[in-house]
Amino acid sequence: MKGILGRKIGMTQIFLADGESVPVTVVQAGPCLVVQRKTTGRDGYEAIQVGLVEDRPPRKVSQPMRGHYQAAEVAPMRRLVEFKVAADDEMKPGDQLTASIFEVDEYVDVVGRGKGKGFQGVMRRHGFGGGRATHGSMFHRAPGSIGQASDPSRVFPGVRMPGQMGAKRITAKNLRVVKIDEENNLLFLKGSVPGPNSAYIAIQTAKRG
Amino acid sequence: MHTLQEVEKEYLRTDLPDFRAGDTVRLHVKVAEGDKERIQIFQGVVIRRRGSGTRASFAVRKVSAGVGVERVFPLHSPVIGKIEVVRRGRVRRAKLFYLRGLRGKAARIEERREDRPVQKKARTTSD
Repeated sequence: MKGILGRKIGMTQIFLADGESVPVTVVQAGPCLVVQRKTTGRDGYEAIQVGLVEDRPPRKVSQPMRGHYQAAEVAPMRRLVEFKVAADDEMKPGDQLTASIFEVDEYVDVVGRGKGKGFQGVMRRHGFGGGRATHGSMFHRAPGSIGQASDPSRVFPGVRMPGQMGAKRITAKNLRVVKIDEENNLLFLKGSVPGPNSAYIAIQTAKRG
Repeated sequence: MHTLQEVEKEYLRTDLPDFRAGDTVRLHVKVAEGDKERIQIFQGVVIRRRGSGTRASFAVRKVSAGVGVERVFPLHSPVIGKIEVVRRGRVRRAKLFYLRGLRGKAARIEERREDRPVQKKARTTSD
């Protein structure tokens, strides 16, 4: 599986040669460096650990992590992700990944942390209908009943209630690579991508499609 | 990190004339018919401009055979071959949606007098 760590720059639209406009998310994808090669023998699975090259002062890196980066002989990074690879994959620490590992018209999945919506009630969080606004209904946005009576005498697990919404891991699947700017390591993906602008996102070969 | 402005720069057209709401423009619109391409003229009053970067668009209104026709174009779209400013109009607001309710004489727009902008241009060229 091909994969790279990037940051979301933002959405815009670009024009194709025939004048069609395409909504795209621009992603700063790389340059990335391999920090660690995980193997079945040592780690129990095959993967590469990849970090996005960014300016990060070494004094801000914890001692154990500093050693981790030193082992790969790379500068400290802010975020690391892992991508599964085949056992015979020849990537090794220090190897570079750029946006050009992908091709135009290829399909990719993008994994990231979606925008946080805070603590939300059931109408926004679960799409409950709510009650009547007027005519003295006295029942507006409340969740209503959350279960039965003395039998079962408890609330079943999984009942939808108010709580934290968003800010969790989301995968946007099967986004088409519309354009690649190899010079600046920019990927132009059709459609939207999880998270706010400047969020870290992992771009990888689409699982299907 | 790059900014969206830098990314969009490549797609911005530099051959567009300066025009604004109230101006009458003549658009050379490329129309694909099968595998052939034809130029269609669309002339009307600009009633709206909005957005920035490649997402900027404008709306043109004309009255064709007694029926009001409005088309919205992406400003930087390659579908537009050429934009000619036929007439500059003097209007007091940025969006001219009120024209939709007016017909004939009432929907006329006064021509803009170019006294001041022309002077400005002359000054910049003499620099």
